[in-house]
Amino acid sequence: MTKPKTIIEKVWDKHVVHTEEGRPDLIYIDLHLIHEVTSPQAFEGLRLKNRELRRPDLTYATMDHNVPTRNRGEIKDPIARLQVETLEKNCEEYGVELADINHPDQGIVHVIGPELGLTQPGKTIVCGDSHTSTHGAFGALAFGIGTSEVEHVFATQTLWQEKPKTLNVKVEGDLGTGVTAKDLILAIISKYTVNMGTGYIIEFTGQAIKDLTMEERMTVCNMSIEAGARAGLISPDEKTVEYLRGRKNVPKGEEFEKLAKEWLALKTDEDAVYDKTLTINAAEIEPQVTWGTNPGMGAPVSGATPAFSETEDKAALERALDYMGLEEKQPIKSIEIDHVFIGSCTNSRLSDLEKAAKIIEGKKVSDKVTAIVVPGSFSVKILAEEKGLDKVFKEAGFEWREAGCSMCLGMNEDIVPPGGRCASTSNRNFEGRQGNGARTHLVSPEMAAAAAVEGRFVDVRTY
Amino acid sequence: MEALRKHTGLAVPLNMSNVDTDQIIPKQFLTRIERTGFGQFLFYNWRFDENGNKRPDFILNKPKYENASVLIAGENFGSGSSREHAPWSLLDYGFKIIIAPNFADIFYNNSFKNGLVPIEIDKDQVNDWLKQAEEGILNLTVDLEEKTITDVERDLKISFEMPEYRRQNIMNGWDEIALTLKVEDKISAYENSVL
Ligand code: SF4
Repeated sequence: MTKPKTIIEKVWDKHVVHTEEGRPDLIYIDLHLIHEVTSPQAFEGLRLKNRELRRPDLTYATMDHNVPTRNRGEIKDPIARLQVETLEKNCEEYGVELADINHPDQGIVHVIGPELGLTQPGKTIVCGDSHTSTHGAFGALAFGIGTSEVEHVFATQTLWQEKPKTLNVKVEGDLGTGVTAKDLILAIISKYTVNMGTGYIIEFTGQAIKDLTMEERMTVCNMSIEAGARAGLISPDEKTVEYLRGRKNVPKGEEFEKLAKEWLALKTDEDAVYDKTLTINAAEIEPQVTWGTNPGMGAPVSGATPAFSETEDKAALERALDYMGLEEKQPIKSIEIDHVFIGSCTNSRLSDLEKAAKIIEGKKVSDKVTAIVVPGSFSVKILAEEKGLDKVFKEAGFEWREAGCSMCLGMNEDIVPPGGRCASTSNRNFEGRQGNGARTHLVSPEMAAAAAVEGRFVDVRTY
Repeated sequence: MEALRKHTGLAVPLNMSNVDTDQIIPKQFLTRIERTGFGQFLFYNWRFDENGNKRPDFILNKPKYENASVLIAGENFGSGSSREHAPWSLLDYGFKIIIAPNFADIFYNNSFKNGLVPIEIDKDQVNDWLKQAEEGILNLTVDLEEKTITDVERDLKISFEMPEYRRQNIMNGWDEIALTLKVEDKISAYENSVL
């Protein structure tokens, strides 16, 4: 009998190209996704050294971070425009396929990878973007890298990587009605803090994870990086296979069936051992709202901000509450908001929009709230429009935009003004993330939609 | 990348945990396509007010720390985005060494690739030095060959650990891609085996 292995070890072992004493493993990269912000300096590096891009066929580019979500063709900031043009030029020069701003496959890089079937179980996937962990939902080993590593992958299609430790986050039981994948991952990070996963790759296991749809699994894996882990993944099952069947970059017919068998065999062996295991009971989780300036500063909607007397780091709490304009022990339901953002690589897929639309159908966005919906990709936008979701949102008073990262990080014009308070379905509530001085509360699409109507946080379970 | 074996410099204390890369370099400065010139934007929203004036109470703006090249910080420094603009801005501003109890993975990695040296040491020692740098003057000598940090004023020397290959890369200023291309035959063999 061979030693039982986790999926992490299986994928890792298959990709080791070279080992040598005193160095980490050199691992092969199957898919390299790139976007406009973290690639220009890497292309420039290749050029300066006169190096080739080794596998343009394993590289795929899109533009998402800095593209406008209205008046599509018009990037007003000349420096931002140059960045987008630079990506076009680089892709042409090095022969990389690009879904540009007007391309039907354009979208947030972590939304389109799976949509196009580029993301597949067992692949090693990297991107100069920390939320690359999203692709782990398919049982791929996917992680974010810096620009020097982007250049390294361009030139060699490999990376030197230290074999990570494995962390099993086991979610038992069932999520309650109205409690979403977003609430699950926010609750995990609140409970175990933002560096619970540092040095680890997480595998999410347990009944509650098996029960999630593929889109919900992507939400969970997306935020692994917010738990400090470099990657987070879920063993593939029939849902994974069915999601990928028929997608653009996936083989057809018999070849697909053969591949599907290989994918299913990747799942963690029964007696495999993890370096660490944490067990969570899904039934205890409520809808979550973050109140602070990192994703671990969150509370259930029925709860309140912490008390100074109960915290270990009073200075940090003071600082966060001060930035957020909140008091200690302030009930979450008393927090009033003036912006709502439904979008980002965490929650901008069709099912996210459907769930939000269901909440607001026939209702109106509060007078004092500016609310926008930004579909994750061009294709999500089209599908949503076919279902009439755009009308539901627009009739309720939401703006319906073109695909991109948008207000998740406000690199384009979509920003929350100073002092503004936003219920956001994105993944980071750092100071200034959505705009200088802007305050972000991370929530699920359902919670964001209900907050848009009420102008404050309410419990969607009783809404 | 410049080789770095030994460095002595003034330390500035940034007594906060979870300093994320959005704070180190805010997103509005990520549209540039160069690697250089990011120092002016370092900790932008902490260093400058809405009108672009220096905030006198932010630690980096205090005249005492003007020439600091060693940054001491709390836990989980560099969390968040993978933007390599974070180490680029720290380096361009003049930092060579960052000392903290621990770092976020991607930031740790990105720093080494650029010759910015992140060093993990015991939390109590970090707190001690944070305090000393706040109240008085702290000059530290980092010796990568010896793997030690010396508190110059107090003549206190401590050791640290760092992955060996990373230490070698920094001390020699190696071009990692060139190193990898030495085993290109292995990469080709791998590619042929999975075709
Ligand atoms: S949506 Fe936000 S988190 Fe996701 S890739 Fe874009 S900027 Fe990053």
